[in-house]
Amino acid sequence: MSKRIVKVYPRFERIWHWTQVLLIVILMLTGFSLNGNLGLVPFGPAVMFHTIAAVLLLALWIFATFWLFTTGTWKQFIPRIEGMIETAKYYAMGVFKGEKHPYRKVYMRKHNPLQAATYFVLKWMIFPAIWISGLFYLTYNMWEGSANAGFWIAIVANIHLLAAYVIVVFVIAHIYLLTIGHGFRHHVKPMVSGFEEVDLTDEQEAYLEANEPERLKPRGAQA
Amino acid sequence: MKPKFIKALALAVALGTGQFALAESTATTAQAPAAPPPIPTSSTADHSTFEALKQPFASGPEVTKACLSCHTEADNQLMHSLHFKWDYESPTGQVLGKANVVNAFCGNVAGNEARCTSCHAGYGWDDMSSEPEKLGVAADCLVCHDRSGQYTKTATGAGHPPLDPVKPGTKTITGALAWAVDLNKAAQSVGMPGRDNCGNCHFYGGGGDNVKHGDLSSVLYAPTKDIDVHMAVDGPNFTCSTCHVEEDHSWAGSRYDVTMSEPEAAMKPGAARQTATCESCHSDTPHPLEIASGPEAVRNMKLNNHTDKLACQTCHIPSFARGGVPTKTLWDWSTAGKMNAEGKPYSEDNWTSSTGKAMHTYMSTKGDFEYGENVTPHYAWFDGHIEYTTGDQTIDPTQVVEVNRLSGGPGDGVSKIWPFKRMEGRQGYDTVHNRLTYSHVWGPTTDTAFWTNFDWGNAIEAGMKAAGAEYSGEFDFLDTYMYWPITHMVAPAEQALDCAECHAEDGRMADLAGVYLPGSDPRGPAGLLGMAMVLLALVGVVGHAILRLVGRKSKEG
Repeated sequence: MSKRIVKVYPRFERIWHWTQVLLIVILMLTGFSLNGNLGLVPFGPAVMFHTIAAVLLLALWIFATFWLFTTGTWKQFIPRIEGMIETAKYYAMGVFKGEKHPYRKVYMRKHNPLQAATYFVLKWMIFPAIWISGLFYLTYNMWEGSANAGFWIAIVANIHLLAAYVIVVFVIAHIYLLTIGHGFRHHVKPMVSGFEEVDLTDEQEAYLEANEPERLKPRGAQA
Repeated sequence: MKPKFIKALALAVALGTGQFALAESTATTAQAPAAPPPIPTSSTADHSTFEALKQPFASGPEVTKACLSCHTEADNQLMHSLHFKWDYESPTGQVLGKANVVNAFCGNVAGNEARCTSCHAGYGWDDMSSEPEKLGVAADCLVCHDRSGQYTKTATGAGHPPLDPVKPGTKTITGALAWAVDLNKAAQSVGMPGRDNCGNCHFYGGGGDNVKHGDLSSVLYAPTKDIDVHMAVDGPNFTCSTCHVEEDHSWAGSRYDVTMSEPEAAMKPGAARQTATCESCHSDTPHPLEIASGPEAVRNMKLNNHTDKLACQTCHIPSFARGGVPTKTLWDWSTAGKMNAEGKPYSEDNWTSSTGKAMHTYMSTKGDFEYGENVTPHYAWFDGHIEYTTGDQTIDPTQVVEVNRLSGGPGDGVSKIWPFKRMEGRQGYDTVHNRLTYSHVWGPTTDTAFWTNFDWGNAIEAGMKAAGAEYSGEFDFLDTYMYWPITHMVAPAEQALDCAECHAEDGRMADLAGVYLPGSDPRGPAGLLGMAMVLLALVGVVGHAILRLVGRKSKEG
């Protein structure tokens, strides 16, 4: 077992992440503008840009889903109980005493157990809630003839808005948690450069050195 | 040489009109107005060459007779039209039309015939209790087809024109001082109707310019694009009948039963069609979706999604009574009849239009008025059908009575949200039978007409008698609403309603039931819950950060 600087976020994943950031920011600004919370973008342009950004994000998600499954990265996002309590304890108490994070990043698990659980809920419940309700919202005219359409559109709109607020909460926590431990810059950097220090087993190290040397920085290099 | 000549001509005209204006202030008759701008025509007949139209005419009906010598079926067609019958049976069986209904303006035609029928498309209908053709009323061809611009009808002549010698002080149907109509000139000028032909009656409904409709005023004689994008003289220059297409002298477009939509039409201009809807030409997907228009196409797709529930007029007529001519918005008959210190009827002018015209806010003859310009419409679900509170219907005097009721609602799959002028009225009713009353207001020679005798009891009794309605003898006044669909004065596209006029808190549709309007309720159930979550998250993050800071300090300490 040794610590090595490894490319844990390949180019596609980084492009995916930052495009998603941009689109979600656009969707939030336009969405909360047209909902009447922000006066930032007038209603008409807000709807137009919200719709365009939403379609682009859906397209991105289709690519990301394809990538997750073809590369096997999807396994990173499967939640597990092991280490969950320790991680929770750390954020609730240990962090105030300056303790070290109990989770050691390993090559096959980029996320700590809490992170993995959060992303699981986000990807399997919140994102589907927002895009499915969003598609129903957008295509109201195709189902307005069905029974009680006037009632259901209000339900759809409320689900969409609630999911949006949950994503806002996620973004707040996501950004705040970057400040914990080694600090904001340290945490953001891997998502820019792709490289991060992780624990590698000897087998993993040997495999990478033999087969994917470009994913591995020399021993002693800085991330 | 030529510019000089034009200058001289302009000077002469200016002098002429100057003299005319000077003369008008003292004279009791006026000069005939100039001919309106010609309408392009491909007619194969020059009526000024017709011998039948060169004979001396002593009256309107004589001209009609000459017209019919060639146009043999014209009077038969006209006599079956609403313009002539003023009688309309609605699909629900209500007997409507001007001859029958009570409105929130002058009230009713019965008993006030020669004044009201001054705008009838015939000559001499002076008794509402009988159909005009039974009274031998001749059709008036000229009122619609005169293109000399100097044909008119006197304000109180049951449809007859002012002829030489004009009685001093006579007024025309537009309220102007009358002139002697030259019937030969009118007969030889005939052509397809211009905006002036229709407007001379329809712009002056309710007794004055734009009083009644709100979206039909003298501004439409020669509107700019800002006022009416279709009729604009600097634009397509539509006449009324460009949209209000005709068949056998009956016109498309009814206030009693509005044709709501014709989504499949999307016909080219000039193609045969029977209705006067916006969709007849523009289809129900009027906002273009070309990929070339880029993001605009996305916006337009969403705008097209609105056409199922919104009438085009709702967005494209942002306000009515535009262009400087106000419309009457309130008419309170109950205060009529007050006299001044000398015991004479009087009037007050406490409202000034945007063009500086002083408007009557009180008249002893008519009561109190209010006006509006650039009026925001009243919006309501509407399926095209309007029921009237006719004189035989029982009303609830404790409520505001709707003189006409808009049929339709949000869930019926047909109705759309339409703009209306909502006229506020206060008018008479029979307190025993709880029915709206008819009143006899005009009648210079009767001893019961209100405008001559100022006695409501007698005026209502005479009105009820003229209308053949049962009357208890007891009356009072109640508040009424009357709805007028707004469909003219379509503004240019760039002046259409902004989304936020409705998609905002307290927007234009705030009072309308059955519509989910994104953006109108940021504090709905999900909104409040979401805000609470965000607040908790922020409090949690800030609290967490403070605890970390305190922890770090104590460790350092």
